[in-house]
Amino acid sequence: MSASVVFSKLFEGFGINCTIFFVTLLGALPLGLLVSFGSMSKFRPIRYFINTVVWIIRGSPLMLQIIFIFYVPSLIHIGNPWAAFGTNGRIVAVCVAFIINYACYFSEIFRGGIQSIPKGQYEAGLVLGMTKSQIFFKITLLQVIKRVIPPMGNEFMTLIKDTALANILATREIIWVAKEFTSNRGLIWPLFSTAIFFLVFCGVLTLLFNWLEKKMDYFRT
Amino acid sequence: MPILEVKNINKNFGATKVLKDISFSLEKGQALAIIGSSGSGKTTLLRCLNFLEIPDGGQIIVNGKPLFDSKSHNLQSEDEIRKNRLHFGMVFQSFNLFPQYTALENVMLANLLMAKKQQDYKKNKHEIHEKIESEAMMLLEQMSLAGRMSHYPHQLSGGQQQRVAIARALAMKPDILCFDEPTSALDPELTGEVLKVIRSLADKHTTMVIVTHEMSFAHDVADQIIFMDKGVIVEQGTPEQVFEHTQNERTKSFLSRFSQNNT
Repeated sequence: MSASVVFSKLFEGFGINCTIFFVTLLGALPLGLLVSFGSMSKFRPIRYFINTVVWIIRGSPLMLQIIFIFYVPSLIHIGNPWAAFGTNGRIVAVCVAFIINYACYFSEIFRGGIQSIPKGQYEAGLVLGMTKSQIFFKITLLQVIKRVIPPMGNEFMTLIKDTALANILATREIIWVAKEFTSNRGLIWPLFSTAIFFLVFCGVLTLLFNWLEKKMDYFRT
Repeated sequence: MPILEVKNINKNFGATKVLKDISFSLEKGQALAIIGSSGSGKTTLLRCLNFLEIPDGGQIIVNGKPLFDSKSHNLQSEDEIRKNRLHFGMVFQSFNLFPQYTALENVMLANLLMAKKQQDYKKNKHEIHEKIESEAMMLLEQMSLAGRMSHYPHQLSGGQQQRVAIARALAMKPDILCFDEPTSALDPELTGEVLKVIRSLADKHTTMVIVTHEMSFAHDVADQIIFMDKGVIVEQGTPEQVFEHTQNERTKSFLSRFSQNNT
């Protein structure tokens, strides 16, 4: 079996990892911001509810959450929502689990970022007659983004590697494909060479985040 | 008619009474300095004027129009408070400039946001922007910051930052400009340049309320002095009355402590 065939198959598998990565970011970044607002709500029941959800999600294994999301709807006889997506059903279920899980982690990063902005910034906006939303979008947000870039870089890297967990639902992501080479053909090297894909991906992420940090260097918070 | 009338303001933080029945008035074009030791309530009073704290009781009247009345719920809606705030300008101890904007952008931002809400904004976008910009530039020039307009706050000294903050407050054309210990975060070298700017505003008869620890500055610039202690106004009068001819024991001991500290 030639290396080029193996790598093209692995590359195909890595496409699924990348899909999960981008779909998760697309869903979890805005959802995380919403959750962070909930966790800072002045209305106690909302705050308690959100904090409990965040505790459960951050306090249990993501792998378990993926299994839960995929199987529990059928187990409790409310039908199988994933069937609607045909052969992609499993990947959709994985994405939903990832979005919920990462939104909770992101929400804590956003909360930290928002709460680290000095109160004086908010008050300066108020005395200039700005509305709450003007203050958030025109003053606070960019400062928050600058502050959350380093911890977000961490999360992004963890996310791409976590996508390998999708293989618990037998999706054909890169590790699954590599393990097929081992069990069907007795080849172990394809499994180890999957690391190259993750390393390259994280290398690009590192460069991207360095660039972003530089971009934000024109001001200090 | 006084431009500002404050009547029976009360403010509690939990069980602590921070302001007890504060009343005073201020004539247009005059400068009022509020002095007193830390914890006397002077900053809280200033924050009440800007509605950063909502008083628990009393009235705030500007130009004969009640802006706040603890008995009126209409005046306490968020929209109403936001509008009424614009009668007051505020300069903070820690400047609170927006770090991601240049000096000029800091001065322009609030006016631009307000202009965007006008109906004819889209049609006259260019002219409106130009007008706001030229006004902001003029203010910065008045603050002797002509060469610093495109600098970001972290590229400016503390004194320069505070002068940008003063320009930013003036850009909203407030009736009354409030200063909350404007030089307390500055080293002595930079204090002078900020005091000079405030002095020039006083010469132009800007109505001002200044909370300060700079006694000689208060003496020179203010038309009226209020001495506060433990949440009440202990003494109120012209600088001569308060600084030179006070009969009040509490004022005397405060001022003597001050002259000791400063010699």
